[in-house]
Amino acid sequence: MRTDVDTATFEVGDEIPPLSTPPVSRLTLALYAGASGDHNPIHVDLDFARYHGMDDVFAHGMLASAYLGRMLTNWLPQDTLISFGMRFVAISHVHDKLSCQGRITERFKEAGEQRAWLELSVINQHGETKVVGDALVRLSTPMLQHP
Amino acid sequence: MIDQTFIGFRLPPHTQVVEKGRLRFFARAIGETNPVYLQEEAAKAAGWVSLPVPPTFLFCLDMERDNPYDYMDTLGIELGKVLHGEQRFNYYQVACAGDRLTFDSRITDIYQKKAGALEFVVRDTAVFRESDESNRKKLADLRSTIIIRHR
Repeated sequence: MRTDVDTATFEVGDEIPPLSTPPVSRLTLALYAGASGDHNPIHVDLDFARYHGMDDVFAHGMLASAYLGRMLTNWLPQDTLISFGMRFVAISHVHDKLSCQGRITERFKEAGEQRAWLELSVINQHGETKVVGDALVRLSTPMLQHP
Repeated sequence: MIDQTFIGFRLPPHTQVVEKGRLRFFARAIGETNPVYLQEEAAKAAGWVSLPVPPTFLFCLDMERDNPYDYMDTLGIELGKVLHGEQRFNYYQVACAGDRLTFDSRITDIYQKKAGALEFVVRDTAVFRESDESNRKKLADLRSTIIIRHR
């Protein structure tokens, strides 16, 4: 475990240090399409998006998820992560400024280790919720990378 | 309407090698600033053998197969009508650059809501790390739900 975060003191209700990101631009979407391998034209090709009834291209849900992942791994090392889930409740649009937040909702002992459930969300600059998620993390005994 | 007999349909498994350069490209695309995901020395100093595969990138590696929309074609789903509804990752190990990962997917549910205006397809993917011929360990389970808009 990293030494600068004392997981022993974590309590239900504690907030995860939030993460702000710059507004989603068309360049953001082009780079994410290339880097993620998700080349679905609905995210980068305006003609295609309009043909399918959308007013504009829009962000990949997994871009907002990647931001949530960044918030988590800024806070705890990645091998503490047991489960990570997300539900895309609204489309994230170009120019949306996405912010990630989360807090501890439950703390318990399981499989001989301290664990916690986290509640996560991604909102835009107008306070509209785009993604809701959760994560299960271990607060002690990180798994070995190559068991 | 999507044929429900596709529940249980298995996609051809595929194997991908995790590439360092691609991980750095992904890190930059998502605005990553944590050096563990950008610099191999920082990753090693943190105890990893190389750059770790960040939490959501397993979903991306699964899209490295020849046609990542193959099952949509098989099920007769038009890509332009698809939205990602939900995603779940269960992790047993963390992958790093250099690892060989095998992805094995099945369609596990197909259902509809709003009198068929929305259809849902659930796909479960098991990910294995292939250390050598005889050593294959479960790395993660992924569950992906897509929504097909009809209107």
